[in-house]
Amino acid sequence: MSLATTQSIAEIKARNKELIQEVLKVYPEKTAKRRAKHLNVHEVGKSDCGVKSNLKSIPGVMTIRGCAYAGSKGVVWGPIKDMIHISHGPVGCGQYSWGSRRNYYVGTTGIDSFVTLQFTSDFQEKDIVFGGDKKLAKIIDEIQELFPLNNGITIQSECPIGLIGDDIEAVSKAKSKEYDGKTIVPVRCEGFRGVSQSLGHHIANDAVRDWVFDKATPESKPTFESTPYDVAIIGDYNIGGDAWSSRILLEEMGLRVIAQWSGDGSLAELETTPKAKLNVLHCYRSMNYISRHMEEKFGIPWCEYNFFGPSKIVESLRKIAGYFDDKIKEGAERVIAKYQPLVDAVIAKYRPRLEGKSVMLFVGGLRPRHVIGAYEDLGMEVVGTGYEFGHNDDYQRTAQHYVKDGTLIYDDVTGYEFERFVEKIQPDLVGSGIKEKYVFQKMGVPFRQMHSWDYSGPYHGYDGFAIFARDMDMAINSPIWKKTKAPWKDIPKAKLLAAE
Amino acid sequence: MAQSAEHVLDHIELFRGPEYQQMLANKKMFENPRDPAEVERIREWAKTPEYRDKNFAREALTVNPAKACQPLGAVFASVGFEGTLPFVHGSQGCVAYYRSHLSRHFKEPSSCVSSSMTEDAAVFGGLNNMIDGLANSYNMYNPKMIAVSTTCMAEVIGDDLNAFIKTSKEKGSVPADFDVPFAHTPAFVGSHVTGYDNALKGILEHFWDGKAGTAPKRERAPNEKVNFIGGFDGYTVGNIREIKRIFELMGIQYTILADNSDVFDTPTDGEFRMYDGGTTLEDAANAVHARATISMQQWCTEKTLPFIADHGQEVVAFNYPVGVSATDEFLMALSRITGMDIPEELARERGRLVDAMADSSAHIHGKKFAIYGDPDLCYGLAAFLLEGGAEPIHVLSTNGNKAWEAKMQTLFASSPFGQNCHAYPGRDLWHMRSLLFSEPVDFLIGNTYGKYLERDTGTPLIRIGFPIFDRHHHHRSPVWGYQGGMNVLVKILDKIFDEIDKKTNVAGRTDYSFDIIR
Repeated sequence: MSLATTQSIAEIKARNKELIQEVLKVYPEKTAKRRAKHLNVHEVGKSDCGVKSNLKSIPGVMTIRGCAYAGSKGVVWGPIKDMIHISHGPVGCGQYSWGSRRNYYVGTTGIDSFVTLQFTSDFQEKDIVFGGDKKLAKIIDEIQELFPLNNGITIQSECPIGLIGDDIEAVSKAKSKEYDGKTIVPVRCEGFRGVSQSLGHHIANDAVRDWVFDKATPESKPTFESTPYDVAIIGDYNIGGDAWSSRILLEEMGLRVIAQWSGDGSLAELETTPKAKLNVLHCYRSMNYISRHMEEKFGIPWCEYNFFGPSKIVESLRKIAGYFDDKIKEGAERVIAKYQPLVDAVIAKYRPRLEGKSVMLFVGGLRPRHVIGAYEDLGMEVVGTGYEFGHNDDYQRTAQHYVKDGTLIYDDVTGYEFERFVEKIQPDLVGSGIKEKYVFQKMGVPFRQMHSWDYSGPYHGYDGFAIFARDMDMAINSPIWKKTKAPWKDIPKAKLLAAE
Repeated sequence: MAQSAEHVLDHIELFRGPEYQQMLANKKMFENPRDPAEVERIREWAKTPEYRDKNFAREALTVNPAKACQPLGAVFASVGFEGTLPFVHGSQGCVAYYRSHLSRHFKEPSSCVSSSMTEDAAVFGGLNNMIDGLANSYNMYNPKMIAVSTTCMAEVIGDDLNAFIKTSKEKGSVPADFDVPFAHTPAFVGSHVTGYDNALKGILEHFWDGKAGTAPKRERAPNEKVNFIGGFDGYTVGNIREIKRIFELMGIQYTILADNSDVFDTPTDGEFRMYDGGTTLEDAANAVHARATISMQQWCTEKTLPFIADHGQEVVAFNYPVGVSATDEFLMALSRITGMDIPEELARERGRLVDAMADSSAHIHGKKFAIYGDPDLCYGLAAFLLEGGAEPIHVLSTNGNKAWEAKMQTLFASSPFGQNCHAYPGRDLWHMRSLLFSEPVDFLIGNTYGKYLERDTGTPLIRIGFPIFDRHHHHRSPVWGYQGGMNVLVKILDKIFDEIDKKTNVAGRTDYSFDIIR
């Protein structure tokens, strides 16, 4: 059983505060002062979580964060399937991010779809010294020759591009002209910009605004008649098929999804999104910018939703339906009713196995808050959470709608802090990324990757909830966790013996 | 609705059902897709010799390269030393990538820190990041050594590691006598094997040549030991353990330089070991006295070996020895250098490998292979195939150079089975795709990314290389030594037999040839 259920809130708060003081002791004074602002114990009723966020990571502490390139190429642009995304600079960035995010799509890879290919300009010393613009121009020519069915090209800048003074905008414009107005998008997402992936999302959003919305292209023109029920899914990267298990619900309630941003998305879908009547926004962090822009420029309202776990799904379906007429409102109720037996069966099967288990999260984007409801639907409790690259508006949403009193909050957590927190709190499950997975499993703590769904998924929607429940159960209740200590050595702490 | 609580369908089955298939078909109208006939035409065209020629005429674009960048190799080498924390000076996203990449291959934690340089550091230089970063790392993670390398950002702006580390020590970030070796590892030069080389040389230079001017140089006093360098190797866990066993059987005193076999294979027993095993710093320093240094990978030690030779040692380089003759040469070199005999036990292991190859020869003989990977790995595997009577028709190394090509061609020329074989330096996996279409082979050997080639060209993939993300635990078994050769043989044979079975298992149509004994 979780500690959280056997201690009073006051005890938990005191313990968490003590824990924070304890981890801060390891740092040199200056660093301790800075890190202290990112750690807190949540007080119910506060408008945010009481932590600073979106500030520079401190050198040498082992931050979990990535960079702006990861935010643009890895998150926002990479999944657009019919465009070719050039990792512009040295070979590594594209190599390490090649195919690892599991953005599912349908297409003929290498012919009309390119998500799982690694296009790179593979910069050499001479490109650094003499500049890479000529090489870039030639790369675009070679792409046109060898991949004639690509619908557009983006240039994802790596660190050196901005440092050596290359003019990728000029190359893009010239080549676009040469190829009859082809969409060629230069993106200034050099990894040293900003403090995390987050600025990369923003830069990528701005690039859509400036280089897609503001120009027409010959390749993709809207080919459909509008209806009053047209919506666009914004901020779903179709990891393990998430956007599909979401789209099916929106369509079942009578809406028509005209675009997916950006999982399994296409350039045509980006271009026609301004025809939507409503933008439904899942990952607020990475795509609020373009949603706000479309609201201001085209008058399209946007609505945040959460498709993790039945409670939030029901709330979200009704919220979305609220933007439409009775037909859609009835459709939402029909969908809710249709899936209720599945929800009941999943909860009946898994809740008894998971009831009272505690979870600590550290993820990016929307997940540090969005998945809390899904855990709670299974009787589990999130006792600690934090954002890799959240801003204050994320912490506000977290405080106001998700976390409980006394939850430990850690922004841009360091490797050291996260290990100590988990060691002391002893949750039944940790949900974080690949870099954290094996650290905690070595400690005997069950773990699920909550970026890639640990190669499972989808986790969105009703279909996804069943998978989510199955996966959390198999992580926590795997018999292997009972065998981490050799029987002739110390008997493990009772709390690591899950599912007793 | 296909989903149920009793039998939960995940992505593997869920989307194949009629509801999702209909939904995906409907989605097409918003995608403004290309005409399917045109897609088919281009798909076929991309298989032609004409396309191959255009593809090979590429001068600027790289598609699906089989190489990574220098700092990855530097991190890999650095964690091979006792209690060593790799510290990469530059942008922080890079470090997140190296750690993820290594964790995905080894299924292990990968600890490494960054100096988290951002725009202001790009303008003013990253000195303050180094000063603060070293102090934080030292206090938080209690390392015995911090090994510094660089991302391309720090290289482009020209940060001077030697000066920065000196200043950091003056500012008290770490004690003056604390070991902080360093290597400049620009991502726009070479590949991860170059980074391995630079980092290893940097560490040896630190210990042997007076710790960046802060200590006297080590006087070489030759002893009986042999230094061993594995190079960048996805099988480091299994291989280094196998090599230690061989050294011990032969009674040779040895130092493994960059022994990361334990840190990439720690137990799950309730404790996270951020550091585990590794070459002790004392051994690293004393390695200068060894009588010789053996490198298993020439192209991972192009700078390190000459550096060691300059200190008066004999140096010997191999090219990822796999199989009978390559292992023979390795053992005979050990025997010659140390004067120790090759024990009967190893002779028997050799005999068992020859026995196994003879037993299975009929299935490998004459089979055509394509191989890609790091230059030494390619060489070792090609040599092994040749000694089994197979033909390594296409051997491609994105990070191979002209000298590698010449060496490969010499290898091909040495065997009657190498007559139709070619080496492709500097090419990528999109080139390989064209080769597999225009000059098909029976099997492909490569890393996980070869699965795209397997899907597109139908060439069955045998996974040997780095990274292997989608199969588990193979890195724990050696591919070096006669026993390692046995593992490689079995990997190859398993795929050959699986393919024969797959081709003959349609009931009522191909019942013949579906043999129970092969």
